[in-house]
Amino acid sequence: MSTRWLGEPVARREDPRLLTGRGRYLDDLGRDAPAAAFVRSPHAHARIRDIDVSGALDVDGLIAVYTWEDLPERVGRPLPLLIPHPALTHGRTAYPLARDVVRHVGEPVVMVVATDRYAAEDACALIRVDYEPLKPVVGIEEAVQGAQLVHEDVPGNVGAHLVQEVPAADGRGAREAIESAPHTLAFRLDIERSASMPLEGRGVYARWDGRDLRVYSSTQTSTSVRMAVAAALGLPLPQVEVIAPDVGGGFGVKIVHPWPEEILVPWAAMTLNREIKWTEDRREHFVSSAHERAQVQQVRVGFDDDGRLLGLDVTILHDHGAYTPYGIIVPIVTSTQLLGPYKPGAYRVEFTAVYTNTVQVTPYRGAGRPQGVFCMERTLDKIARYLGKDRTEVRAVNFIQPGEFPYDQGMTFQDGRPLIYDSGNYPEMLRMIKELIGWDSFERRPGRGIGIGCYVEGTGVGPYEGGHVQVTSDGRVHVSTGLTSQGQGHETAFAQIAAAELGVPIERVSVVTGDTRRFGYAVGTFASRAAVVSGNAIALACRKVREKALRIAADALEADPADLTVTDGVVHVAGTPSASIPLSTVAVLANPLRYAFDEEAARATQFSGAADPGKPPVAEGDEPGLEGRDYYSPIRSTFAAGMHAAIVETDPDTAEIKVVKYAVVHDCGRLINPMIVEGQIHGGVAQGIGGALYERMVYDQHGQLVNASFMDFLVPYATEIPRIETGHLETPSPLNPLGVKGAGEAGVIPVSAVIASAIEDAEGIPIDRMPISPSELYALRVNRRP
Amino acid sequence: MTHETVPQDDALHEITLVVNGTVRRARVPARRLLSDCLRHDLGLTGTHVGCEHGVCGCCTVLLDGRPVRSCLTFAVTVDGAELTTVEGLAGPGGRLSPVQRAFAECHALQCGFCTPGFLCTVTALLRGNPAPTREEVVEGISGNLCRCTGYQNIVKAVHRAAELLAEET
Repeated sequence: MSTRWLGEPVARREDPRLLTGRGRYLDDLGRDAPAAAFVRSPHAHARIRDIDVSGALDVDGLIAVYTWEDLPERVGRPLPLLIPHPALTHGRTAYPLARDVVRHVGEPVVMVVATDRYAAEDACALIRVDYEPLKPVVGIEEAVQGAQLVHEDVPGNVGAHLVQEVPAADGRGAREAIESAPHTLAFRLDIERSASMPLEGRGVYARWDGRDLRVYSSTQTSTSVRMAVAAALGLPLPQVEVIAPDVGGGFGVKIVHPWPEEILVPWAAMTLNREIKWTEDRREHFVSSAHERAQVQQVRVGFDDDGRLLGLDVTILHDHGAYTPYGIIVPIVTSTQLLGPYKPGAYRVEFTAVYTNTVQVTPYRGAGRPQGVFCMERTLDKIARYLGKDRTEVRAVNFIQPGEFPYDQGMTFQDGRPLIYDSGNYPEMLRMIKELIGWDSFERRPGRGIGIGCYVEGTGVGPYEGGHVQVTSDGRVHVSTGLTSQGQGHETAFAQIAAAELGVPIERVSVVTGDTRRFGYAVGTFASRAAVVSGNAIALACRKVREKALRIAADALEADPADLTVTDGVVHVAGTPSASIPLSTVAVLANPLRYAFDEEAARATQFSGAADPGKPPVAEGDEPGLEGRDYYSPIRSTFAAGMHAAIVETDPDTAEIKVVKYAVVHDCGRLINPMIVEGQIHGGVAQGIGGALYERMVYDQHGQLVNASFMDFLVPYATEIPRIETGHLETPSPLNPLGVKGAGEAGVIPVSAVIASAIEDAEGIPIDRMPISPSELYALRVNRRP
Repeated sequence: MTHETVPQDDALHEITLVVNGTVRRARVPARRLLSDCLRHDLGLTGTHVGCEHGVCGCCTVLLDGRPVRSCLTFAVTVDGAELTTVEGLAGPGGRLSPVQRAFAECHALQCGFCTPGFLCTVTALLRGNPAPTREEVVEGISGNLCRCTGYQNIVKAVHRAAELLAEET
C-alpha cells in the first residue's frame, strides 16, 4: 500500500461545488414539485375531538388533505421502534399522523399537499382541529411522580429501567465499597436539553413513476430509510431507491428514521401519482424533530486518601420526551461512557427513562456521553477539592495505564458487545494537555479559572459497512459506500484511502455515499463510525481489486504477481521499468468483450488475441470487470479518547462568562486527513460551548417550547467561540486494517465538564448544572453570600 | 408552520432584477420572499434558507453590493435592484474568487449549507475593509451561524482571502 495519501491534509473534493452554489441539498431538488405542509399540534397533550378541513378546500392550488383516518392500515401504523432492548419494557412510538391523542407540541396532525409551500401553508391555516386539552407532563421530576401519564398504558411514565453493576476486584458491589471507603461524597447534577440543530432541517422529496419509487431524504441513513419506506408502503425493496443528496448537517437528529414525513411524502406521491416535496422549516425543526441531553444524576462516590475511586454509584433520570423511536441508546451510552479513561473500583449505574409531553429525545452528537463525562469529571473535581489535591493528580491516579490494554470495563456497550477498550495512552495525553493549556504555570485569581475534562469515546460501532470499488477502462476509480455524508468530507477521506490502497492519483478517484442505487447495504453515519467502518470496508474492497489487477497484469506482462507494484495508476514489474501496463488497460482486459465501444475496448474483443481460446473468457469463479466489493464488520467498537482544558474569565459585575483559551488533545488512532479531523474537533467544541453556556430548550409548565427560534435558542456565533489549540496523539487501533478510530463526535463530549471545572475554579462555587447563564452564575454568587 | 390566517393576495407583480450581471424577470405575488424568488422562481438554489426569521444568515445575498437577508426581503421591494448571489461570486471563466479559494484552502466549510451566506458576507466585508483585524473579522461574520466549523477556519479564511485580494490587486 502506498501511504502517500494517508495522513495528509488533502483539499476537500466537496468544496468546489459547495463554494459555487452547485450543491444539491434536498430543497434544491424538484423545483416544480408540489409541496407538503403539516398542521401540527399546538398542545403538549390533548385529545383530538374533531378535524374540520372544509375551510381549506377552497384554497387555490390545494391538491390533497390527509388525516390519520385517510391512511391505509399499513401506512397508518405506529412508526417502528428502531432499537428494541429488554430493559425498554414500555417503548412507544408515534403514528405518522396523530391518532386520537397528541403528546407534544409540534406533533403532525394533518398533511396538506398543494402546488407550492405558500398555498400549502394557507390551507393549513384554515384547517380547524378541535382539541380537548389534557394535563401535560413536563420535566423529569413531574414525570417521575407519575400523577399524570403521557401514555395511558405506561404506568409511572417509565419507559425503561436498567441497572448495570461491575463489582470491585474483591467482589464487593459499589454500594458496599462506598460504605467502607475512607471518604465519601454525594451530590446531584442536572443537565438540560439541547439539540443537534443542523442549519439544513429535514426534508423529503419523492417521485413515483408508476412502478418505481425514488425518495430523496436529508438523512443520515438512506439504506435504512429505504427498508422502512418499502415496508410501510408494501413495495418490493428493489422498486424503492433512497438517496441522501448533499446534507446540510446532521449531528444525530437525521439518523432517526423513518420520520413521519419519510413515510407520508412517498405515500402521497404514489397516491397522487405526482412528485411531492416537503422541506422542514426552522420552527418545525424545533418542535417536531428531536432533542437530547436532559438528565438528572444522583451520584455517590467512595475514595481513598489519594483520590482513587473505590466505588461509584450513579442513578440517572433520563427525559425521553414523548416517544422512544431510537430506544434507550442515549442513557446506555451515558451509563457506559461515564467511565472515561478511569478504573472506577466498583461501579453501579441505574437509569430510569421517563416519558414527558415534549419533543422526543434521540442522539445528538455525543449521544449521552457529554452527560456521562459531566458526571465523572465533576466527581473527580469534587474529590480533588475535598482532598485539597490538584485536579489532574486525582485523574492520573485513576487512569487505565498504557500496559493494561485491551481493558475490559466489564459492561455491555451500546452495540450489545463488551465494553473493552482497544488502545490508548492516557498519562501521555494528560501530559500533553497540561502543557498545551499551561496548567502548571496558570495564575489563578478571582474571576479567572482553569478547567479540565477527559473522555473515552466508543467509536466505529457495527454491525458493518461495505465498499464497492470499480476501475473503468478510462482509468477512473469509482468508489461507493452505503453510509451517508453530512459535511464530514467523506468523499475526500475515502478517496484518500482508495488512492493509497490502489496506487492511483487521487484525482482519478470519485466517491459516492448514501445512494442506494450504488450501494444497498449499510447502516448509517453516526457514532463516529464512517472512517472506521466504511473506511476499512473500502480499503478491503480496494485490496481485492488490486489483487485482481495484479493477476491480470501478471498475465499480460508474463510476470509473477509478487513482482508487481502499482504507482500512479500504472502496474510495473519491479526492477524492469519498461514492463508496465496502465490500470485502464487492465480494466479493459478484465472485461472480455464482443463489442468495442472505443479504440481501447477493442483490445478486449474476441478476435484481438488477448484471450486463450482454450479457456472460457471469464474463468470459473471469476467475474468480468475490474471491481470488488467487501465489507468490514468490527468485532466491537474502537475507543478514541481526548482531554480538553480551558481558561475562563468571569465578569465580577455582570457574571458574564468568557472562554479565553481552549485546548484539545485528541487521539482517534491513525489520522486519514488531519485537516478534516481538526475541523471536526473545532465544530464539536463550538457545539459543546453552546451546550455549556448558551443553548437550552425552555419548556413552560404547559409544555410550550418558548424559545423555538434562533432568536431565543442561542446557537453561538463566531463572537462566542475562542481559538482552539489542538494536539494529536496517535495510538492506532489494533482492531482494524487501517488502525483508525472515529473523530466525528469527539469535540463536543467533555466541553460542559471542562467549562464547569473552570468556572468553579474561578468562582469557588460548585457548578452542578449545565448550561449556566450569566444570570444563573450571578444567582449562585448571591446565594453564596452570607 | 404558520397558523395565522393570511389574507391571500394572488395578484402577480412583474419584477426585474439584475442577478449576477444578468437581467432576470419574474412574476411574483407580493408576499414572495426574495430567497424563495431566487431559489424557486429563478432556479438559483445556491442561496440557502436556514431559519426564515433573519438570524442564521444562510440566505445572505448582496443587494446593490450590501449584504442583506433575502429571507427578510420581499422580492417586489427590490424590483430593479442589482443582486449578487453565491453563483455570481466566481470570476470570468469560473475561476473561484479569492474568498472562495480561501475558504477551500482553510477548510472553512464542512456541510456547506451556511457557506453561501458567509461568502457573500465576507465578500462585502473585505470590499469595505481590505485588511481587517481579528476582532473586525469576528465582528464582521457575527451575523452568520455555522453549526459545523466552530468558526476558527472561517476566521482564518477571511484573513487568507484578504491576503489573496491584496496580492491580486
